[in-house]
Amino acid sequence: MTPQELLYTEEHEWIEPGKSPARFGISDYAQGELTDVVFVELPEEGAEFAKGEVIATLESVKATSDVYAPADGKIAAVNSDLEDNPQKINEDPYGDGWLVEIEISDPAPLEELMDYEAYRKYLDNRDE
Amino acid sequence: MKLIFEKSVPGREGYSLPADQFEEIPLESCIPKEFQGKKRELVEVSEVEVVRHFTRLSKLNYGIEDGLYPLGSCTMKYNPKVSEHLAVLDRFVLAHPFAPADLVQGSLKLIHDLGVMLGRITGMDAYTLAPAAGAHGELTGVLIIRKYFEDQGERRIKMLVPDSAHGTNPASSAMAGYRVVELKSNQEGTVDLEELEKAMDSQAAGLMLTNPNTVGKFDPRIDRIAAIVHERGGLLYYDGANLNATLGLLRPGDTGFDVVHLNLHKTFGTPHGGGGPGAGPVGVKEFLRPYLPSPVVVFDGEKYRLRDPGEKSIGMMRAFVANFSVLLKAYAWILSLGPEGLREASEAAVVNANYLLVKLRDHFRPAYGGYCAHECVLTGRDYKQHGIKTLDIAKRLMDYGYYPPTIYFPHFKPYAEETLMVEAPESEGKEVIDDFIAAMIQIAGEAESEPGLLLEAPRSTPIRRTDDVLAARRPVLHYDDELKLKAGE
Repeated sequence: MTPQELLYTEEHEWIEPGKSPARFGISDYAQGELTDVVFVELPEEGAEFAKGEVIATLESVKATSDVYAPADGKIAAVNSDLEDNPQKINEDPYGDGWLVEIEISDPAPLEELMDYEAYRKYLDNRDE
Repeated sequence: MKLIFEKSVPGREGYSLPADQFEEIPLESCIPKEFQGKKRELVEVSEVEVVRHFTRLSKLNYGIEDGLYPLGSCTMKYNPKVSEHLAVLDRFVLAHPFAPADLVQGSLKLIHDLGVMLGRITGMDAYTLAPAAGAHGELTGVLIIRKYFEDQGERRIKMLVPDSAHGTNPASSAMAGYRVVELKSNQEGTVDLEELEKAMDSQAAGLMLTNPNTVGKFDPRIDRIAAIVHERGGLLYYDGANLNATLGLLRPGDTGFDVVHLNLHKTFGTPHGGGGPGAGPVGVKEFLRPYLPSPVVVFDGEKYRLRDPGEKSIGMMRAFVANFSVLLKAYAWILSLGPEGLREASEAAVVNANYLLVKLRDHFRPAYGGYCAHECVLTGRDYKQHGIKTLDIAKRLMDYGYYPPTIYFPHFKPYAEETLMVEAPESEGKEVIDDFIAAMIQIAGEAESEPGLLLEAPRSTPIRRTDDVLAARRPVLHYDDELKLKAGE
């Protein structure tokens, strides 16, 4: 899907709408702020998460950032290619840089996420 | 500059050993084959080459004895040399860890009395001085909490840790077997009481709090926080990383904390950095005393003895009793300052940080409003428009002869903000801080008028800007790796 079709969290993650399993990753803004990712810690396939729990950890030379589950669900697939090629998160955050696919068990929290336009406004209004 | 490996010349010797009085036995005959491994090439250099090599390296070093070390969150204060002198006295240095208690009464008394003094300073009832560092103290403290709940027959599986906590808290909780739940802070950078109310349920063992926290903010609602944790049956843990803000002003034990750990190598005038040795004493309230690690020093009215605290103890946390020389320096520091002096030290540290904050806030917009405790968090946000990252500002400080402050920490908000965390402990005088402020303001000007100076910094160091990303992705950890890298393998 294109960035315009995705939903966004306030923590700068994106998820595919209306699908389960849905692909999930971090936004272009997030990868830029994080700078070059050098290490990725991803969950196991089949692991279950509640909304807000740490689903993955991304490490750059600048910082280590947690990535949070956008809704309750189970990990259906993991982009294990990132373990050897973490730079794909920087190069293609909406494509090859996806993190996991989540089988959503309760889609209700996804309704509160921002669409592309709303996320762009959210970024513009940030105190930078 | 060459590595010592590159100075090696086959056959050169640094030292001639006396003739061996024992018969030579081949190595293969005394070590089983599977443990023999591969023969390593040792460096062959003369004594003078070794001395010159390491003297040169030591001159490239920067430490607290060279100048200000404004590394926020680390409390890099100057430590009086008299303490170092005491710590190398033969009577302490030659005491053997296995010596019978009768022969080391002085050392045992010092450990005992330091525990009592720390108890008075922090408002806690009993101390163990065994933990060898801050994070080791955290693990000790959390294991005490865990053992306590096991004893109560309660199953609590979570530990709450605010995002403003000291960075090692989540790791220590996880090491002790807890599931870590992060609490997001509010706009002021302190604990969000609603978040705490929600998370502090019957499964939560408690809250690990650093107060003042890592953004240098003292949480004024600590009484309410303690009440919420205690009402739900949890325990409140104090991370002493920032005790330097409140010595003699406020005791964590009086604000509801059940377990505290201190960093003697930060707050109590013993060297910090270089990998240790440190000391992370843990203090508890009376009801947790039986859980302290073994051994503890007790005084029976006549003599000091090492004792096992009993069957509830979490057991030993390290070999032998403590990092004794660190305790000795902290003991000397506390006695030399006295209660008034300790309070003045914290007051000076807080004044220093606020002076920095006020003088620099027009140039480096603070991350949070209001005043700070013993450290302040500024940002380099306003220079992003000139293509300058906070990293560049920090690197440029090296050209002005300073160790750079902590950057990109804490990362509260997702994806670290452009933060610069500055701390100038009480050992720094106004003139030193004024010089630092002048350098920072100069750099702020350069960021606007000549950003290239920052982007190319540091220019005055033996090694210029390093490739951090390559180093993280392909670390060269020993000389064999270096050779492979050079050979293009």
